[in-house]
Amino acid sequence: MSSVMANNKTTDKAANKMTKQKGFAIDLKTWGPFVALVALALLGVLINPAFLGLDNLSNMLTRSAFIGIIAIGATFVITAGGLDLSVGAMAAFIAGVMIILMNSLVEQFGAGLTTVLLGVGASLLLGLCAGFINGMVTTKGKIEAFIVTLGTMGIYRSLVTYLADGGTLTLDWAVRDIYRPVYYGSFLGITIPVWVFLAVAIIGYILLNYTRFGRYCFAIGSNEKVAEYSAIHVDRIKTMTYMLQGVCVALATIIYVPRLGSASGATGVLWELEAIAAVIIGGTMLKGGHGRIWGTVVGAIMLTMIGNILNLTDAISNYLNGTVQGIIIIVAVYLQRASWRKSAP
Amino acid sequence: MLLSARKLCRSFGENQVLFDVDLDLQAGEVHALLGENGAGKSTLVKILAGYLRPTAGEVWVDGRQRHYRSSGEAEADGVVMIHQELALAEQLSVEENIFLGRELRRGMFLDRRAMRQQSREALAELETDVDPRARVKDLSTSDQQMVEIAKAITRDVRVLIMDEPTATLTENEVKVLFALIDRLRKRGVAILYISHKLLEIEQIADRVTVLRDGHLVDSGSMAGRSKEELARLMVGREITEMYPPRTQLPVDAPVVLEARDMVVPGAVKQASFTLRRGEVLGFGGIVGAGRTALLEAMLGLRGKSAGQVLRNGQPVVLRHLRDAVHQRIAYLTEDRKGKGLVLNMDLRSNVTLLNLRAHCHPLIDRRREEQAFQQAIQRFDIRLRTAARTAAELSGGNQQKLLLAKVMSIDPEIVIINEPTRGIDVGTKHQVYHFIHELTEAGCSVILISSEMGELIGLSHRVAVMCAGVLTRVLEGEQINEHEIMQYASGIKGAGIDEQRYG
Repeated sequence: MSSVMANNKTTDKAANKMTKQKGFAIDLKTWGPFVALVALALLGVLINPAFLGLDNLSNMLTRSAFIGIIAIGATFVITAGGLDLSVGAMAAFIAGVMIILMNSLVEQFGAGLTTVLLGVGASLLLGLCAGFINGMVTTKGKIEAFIVTLGTMGIYRSLVTYLADGGTLTLDWAVRDIYRPVYYGSFLGITIPVWVFLAVAIIGYILLNYTRFGRYCFAIGSNEKVAEYSAIHVDRIKTMTYMLQGVCVALATIIYVPRLGSASGATGVLWELEAIAAVIIGGTMLKGGHGRIWGTVVGAIMLTMIGNILNLTDAISNYLNGTVQGIIIIVAVYLQRASWRKSAP
Repeated sequence: MLLSARKLCRSFGENQVLFDVDLDLQAGEVHALLGENGAGKSTLVKILAGYLRPTAGEVWVDGRQRHYRSSGEAEADGVVMIHQELALAEQLSVEENIFLGRELRRGMFLDRRAMRQQSREALAELETDVDPRARVKDLSTSDQQMVEIAKAITRDVRVLIMDEPTATLTENEVKVLFALIDRLRKRGVAILYISHKLLEIEQIADRVTVLRDGHLVDSGSMAGRSKEELARLMVGREITEMYPPRTQLPVDAPVVLEARDMVVPGAVKQASFTLRRGEVLGFGGIVGAGRTALLEAMLGLRGKSAGQVLRNGQPVVLRHLRDAVHQRIAYLTEDRKGKGLVLNMDLRSNVTLLNLRAHCHPLIDRRREEQAFQQAIQRFDIRLRTAARTAAELSGGNQQKLLLAKVMSIDPEIVIINEPTRGIDVGTKHQVYHFIHELTEAGCSVILISSEMGELIGLSHRVAVMCAGVLTRVLEGEQINEHEIMQYASGIKGAGIDEQRYG
């Protein structure tokens, strides 16, 4: 069949030129967030050399793990053209249910590993189900993700307040002792939350860039109709992104609960916005079709780093954390758009 | 001379697409601009209409040199362009669109009555019954086109640039459009008309300019030029046989696909047909007759309320396009940009998207994927001279080939092709026709939906004609001619049509 259609000699040359140009453009875009992170770190060192201290770095990374893990899930949702506003409330709800469950299991199994493992299992299951609900209502109900997850956000938030009866749910002290290492423990000098963060990031990277699921996320986020006409089960893939998001929220919750050992209506407030901010700073496009896991990781670390640097200096009040974060988000996106414009013909 | 361009050049990065092109437009002429896809026609007219700035060269209007920085400045001079891809605000009404950006006002407030009145007049002049208050979203493509044209004529237009205006119009609408062009010409408007349809050019053009690979090839009066000569100038080589010979079908060629009593709510009332091995089955009918709906419903892309699909004589249930892929049926959509290609995705991923699982074990093997892509470039002669990274940057013809490469990646036995040559040039058309021939020679079967009569007649073994949701007739042999197809497509012939349509 190739007889008619193959009679072109310039193809190879053109293809070479294409890859060369492509490599250059992608470098600029890919490394942008990393450059910003290094610049921010340099600023940190200049302000206070204590910034580079092992304790400080470890503490900062550990704190960024919650948002980071959630943001990796959000990268999939956003890349596939969706949005999940319910993650913060979902985390609070999962934390609440987890604590109640473990407290009640103490009578039966004692304050042992079994209790903690059951709590962890229930948490993951809950996250999966919550994500499934978000996904099904969005796809089968044909309602915008913004609206659906705004709704579920309210539901989870009020449910945890209800469960805590307006107060705080506290984890049984004995269970807490066993569970403590999940947040405070470390392996090879690196804290457990950071290990989890790293593992989720690597799995996320492979999933997004080297599997059909990831490629389909890009296609759906770019143009759902094209995805449908490419024999992709659009609804199924989209629902899966929300389920993945749910699992990420559950994982973040699992490492968050031993930190404070409690949950209330105020747990996880504004996490959804921080997660989305991390995703956007990392170079993922909010309208979908373009996502980057390592960018998200960098974005999450940057957000925590800003707070950390403000803690180390007296020049700017700590209360202005949100202001600085806000400026950084807007500047980051502005720079990305500017580089987009340059590379377009 | 109303408008002249002198030695226009334009580059995108290192890539020059226009080389020292001259163009002259006189008042009261229809000037055809011809060229293959990627020849630089769109770039040229975008420069004239102020959307792009030339890298070098001059544009003169009324004897004064102009440096347009935006399309608004060109429009102020009366140079208006109607886009190939319609640029209308879908949620706004027709009249709001016509006056978008230059609303009439009384004091601070909008003068709705005056705008409606003028919109009505413009639409009446186009002999279209579009309601000025209708929302653009609810209009058919051809009506939207009419709105675009109305938008242009309500401005004080002196140079009207039309980029493929008839690509989505029905035959009747084309007649109305041509009558309008004639009236505008008499009024002294210069019309620059881009089209791939040489027959149209022959009908309406006074003068013609031909571009090839960004260079001016020829320019002059239409008088005494034949279609064949123009085609040769465009392509740069002789096109002898437009349509390849039909594949000889054995008498006992088995039926590979059959549809029985298909009903699609709101689109198809009654349709049955069979497709044999090695056959090209054409589907004729006017836009909206239900051809696309019928075939998409068969493939599981739309819901059907009744009907049965048989593959090799066995009933099959196709709920999702994936099921059709498993049955080795490929579908080439007519909407390249909206449904066919992910425009902002790289070319390689586009080609492998439909059959990605072939490159997964279980992770995507990027090297194998790249190999498959390189093979597709070779096989389908996709030309990458514009150093395109994404599908959006390819010309229409190359996009069509990319889409062809994508659907052929599943190695299908049945290929359903919807309007394969819409908006593409003669050279690529020729390649597509020969490709269809190669498919049938290799034992594949093809269903060809087309609004181009010549294509249907030149390629099909049989032609199924649809009218208002009913498959009225399958024409064979000697019956396949323009007259016969039109009779069935318009409902003049075909028993019981009226009952089925209104019953």
